[in-house]
Amino acid sequence: MSQIGYLAQRSLTRTLRQPAVVVSSMIFPLFLLAVNASGLSAATDLPDFPTDSYLTFALGLTFMQGALFATMGAGQAIAQDIQGGFFNRLQLTPLRGPALIVGQLSGVALQGAFQAVTYLLVGIAFGADLEAGIAGALLLLALAMLVAVAFGSLGLALGLRTGNGEAVQGAFPLLFVLLFLSSGALPRDLIANDWFQAITTVNPVSYIIEAFRSLLISGWDGEALALGFGCALAVLAAGTFAATAALRTRMART
Amino acid sequence: MSALARTRFARAAWVIAWRQLHRMVIKPTTFLLPSVLMPIFFFVAFAGGLSAVGDAPNFDYPNYTTFQYVFVLMQSAVFGGVFAGFSVAADFESGFVRRMMVATQTRSAMIAGYAIAALGRAILVWVVVTVVALISGAEVSGGAGDLLSIAIIAVFLNIAALLFACGIAMRLRSLQAAPLIQLPAFLLIMTAPVYVPRDLIEGWVHTVSDVNPMTAMLEAGRELIIGDPARTLAAIAIAAGLIAVTVVWARTGLRRAEAAG
Amino acid sequence: MSGGNAGEANERNGGNAGEGSGGYGGNGIEVEGLVREFKKGPRAVDGIDLRVKPGEIYGFLGPNGAGKSTTVHMLTTLLPPTAGTARVAGHDIIKEGPAVRDAIGVALQEAALDPFLTAHEHMRLQAGMHGIPKAEARRRGERLIERVGLSEAADRKVGGYSGGMKRRLDLALALVHEPRILFLDEPTTGLDVQSRTALWDEVGRLASSHGVTVFLTTQYLEEADALADRVGIIDDGRIVAEGTPDVLKAEIGRPTVEAAPAEADALERMGAVLERFGQRSPAPQGSAAVRLDAGTGELAEVVRALDAAKIRVANLEIHAPTLDDVFLAKTGKHLEGSADSAAPPTGELEALPA
Repeated sequence: MSQIGYLAQRSLTRTLRQPAVVVSSMIFPLFLLAVNASGLSAATDLPDFPTDSYLTFALGLTFMQGALFATMGAGQAIAQDIQGGFFNRLQLTPLRGPALIVGQLSGVALQGAFQAVTYLLVGIAFGADLEAGIAGALLLLALAMLVAVAFGSLGLALGLRTGNGEAVQGAFPLLFVLLFLSSGALPRDLIANDWFQAITTVNPVSYIIEAFRSLLISGWDGEALALGFGCALAVLAAGTFAATAALRTRMART
Repeated sequence: MSALARTRFARAAWVIAWRQLHRMVIKPTTFLLPSVLMPIFFFVAFAGGLSAVGDAPNFDYPNYTTFQYVFVLMQSAVFGGVFAGFSVAADFESGFVRRMMVATQTRSAMIAGYAIAALGRAILVWVVVTVVALISGAEVSGGAGDLLSIAIIAVFLNIAALLFACGIAMRLRSLQAAPLIQLPAFLLIMTAPVYVPRDLIEGWVHTVSDVNPMTAMLEAGRELIIGDPARTLAAIAIAAGLIAVTVVWARTGLRRAEAAG
Repeated sequence: MSGGNAGEANERNGGNAGEGSGGYGGNGIEVEGLVREFKKGPRAVDGIDLRVKPGEIYGFLGPNGAGKSTTVHMLTTLLPPTAGTARVAGHDIIKEGPAVRDAIGVALQEAALDPFLTAHEHMRLQAGMHGIPKAEARRRGERLIERVGLSEAADRKVGGYSGGMKRRLDLALALVHEPRILFLDEPTTGLDVQSRTALWDEVGRLASSHGVTVFLTTQYLEEADALADRVGIIDDGRIVAEGTPDVLKAEIGRPTVEAAPAEADALERMGAVLERFGQRSPAPQGSAAVRLDAGTGELAEVVRALDAAKIRVANLEIHAPTLDDVFLAKTGKHLEGSADSAAPPTGELEALPA
């Protein structure tokens, strides 16, 4: 347990000591939110658009985007540890694999929570709705942390496997593709292209965004929430599995 | 400049451009693919994912795919310049710029070389984007003159973006220039009428897009491609004006780099 | 096209006004009061005067950070001086940059090459930047690549070259426009002995058979000693000594004896004995050294005196004067890296029995 505590503390302080990284990874989603809220406001005039505030609608994408940045953070951190030799020192201690993973991800969870609170406050300040109320805000926060940890575990797996910060960075466009080929900009049933709709339907990111959005726009929607949390948990399971496997290989290799 | 000096300038510019183009051939995954994939991706995400926006009330442009095709053309013109700026910054970091500075008689041949290469790559990207756009239903109904005007605007924009990026790279002379090149380009692109015509934008982006020079070029391009040109000359003039400003910016950047060694 | 090429070649040669007229204008270097200050720093170059005669190899010797590269950057028009003037090949480095660049070949310290290009492609690039037509460039490139022994590797990407191969290619590139003056900034730093010697041979050949003037910076005494007709020693941005290697060494003149006692506590006594033979000079930890008053003939007496004083000697060396001695005498410091690059001692006696 103390191992986890130590690694978690290290992961947290590292996050906090790089305010530029934290801030820049928050500014970009906020900027995109501001641009889209204004630039795509005409979309709310479409028949059956669920809200007349595109800001509220776009906020769902912003939460998801923040979590995706956490992925990169986690992957870069472990890759730096491997490149810098800290990982080798860790190996000399009786550290257990799960402790490493849990410890590294706690920093990611904190960053995810911090970002989500910021986005929510900024959104509400500019007039976004929050139909599900205070309790909904807490659930939204919980989902944001879960998503950050889930995608963080994917980043961790990538960092552990490649041991190279640039390789992790190289995966960034891939995340962007996931984000843009989702229902983040328009509700799925309003996407006019059949093939695009098909892609968004199989993209788990769509369901996570829709879960965020349901709390903002429609209140308590059990189905949307179940799908969102379910997808996040599935990603977490896959990420943790991949990270554990990558860790085992690396421990054996070095 | 004497005729001989001009010939030598052209040779130097050409080999410097050749080096950049050659890299794209031998290492396409690093030096070519990103600049091709990025606009394609944006085209797919916007033209594909947002096509319903074209059905919004008062959206009077006939074809959303065409609407986004023009956006992606102009966007890749800008980003072609941005990517070339990264190469300049990297060449400063490796010391390669010194090799060029001590070998070229007229050092602005360096900038000309990077510009030729950037334009070469942009043309390739435009061809790919155009093929993808035509396959996915973009309609081109403008005449040859209209299309030529679009090409002029895009080429000017590409050159202006490159000169801007060169100016930054030559002032910072390291890869730290990259975000400073990228951010203004990104702001310029995103605060233009990207998703819908300007009169449908509500809020601050509308205000910004009124003064954003990209707006005139996007709007002229969108009008030209459907054969309904209105403000072509204004757009070309603005693009030429951007070149006039950025050429000074790049040349003073070169002077700074020369003074700093 | 070929007619045009010939015309260009003529014009280029026509620019060599004064070549062979014996003046420094042709392909010499004249530097007066050259100064370069950087923001937030001391003067990197603090008033340098020097003259390099046409066809001469001038060695600019000094430790890291002495101002060698800054001087080269100024003389090659890469960096404007803060004060002072210089004429390279008869052209003012400030006002006539393009003419200077035409006359000089430069191989800089970083030897920046493009890892994605082959040697041939580098030649094409370098020649093109100098405005040389393609056919001519190919002809010269082949010849130069062969000359530096890279023919076999010429179609491989430079990314896979060894350090020595890169330096050789860089030298060949610097020659593609047939410059009259060659600037080489630390051409052998980081090279193994073999590559170093090969490069020296090539530079020597260039100067002797092609009449190329060479301005060479180095932190290796051995290199300046082996290559340079004349050496300028630079320290803290100033030239502290200048002359032919022989004259410089003759100024210092006398060999040094350096000895280490077998027992550390005998060091002081050993120093006292040695001082009878000459003036103390700096020595490594655990040793004592003196510059002998007379010739090397006294070595036997030194041994006898140490023996008489019952000092067991672990190591005894006699050094002929080297440029490091010159450097030491002028600056009070040893050159960096001199320990492994100085000329081998002329006589060495190890572990003398007491």
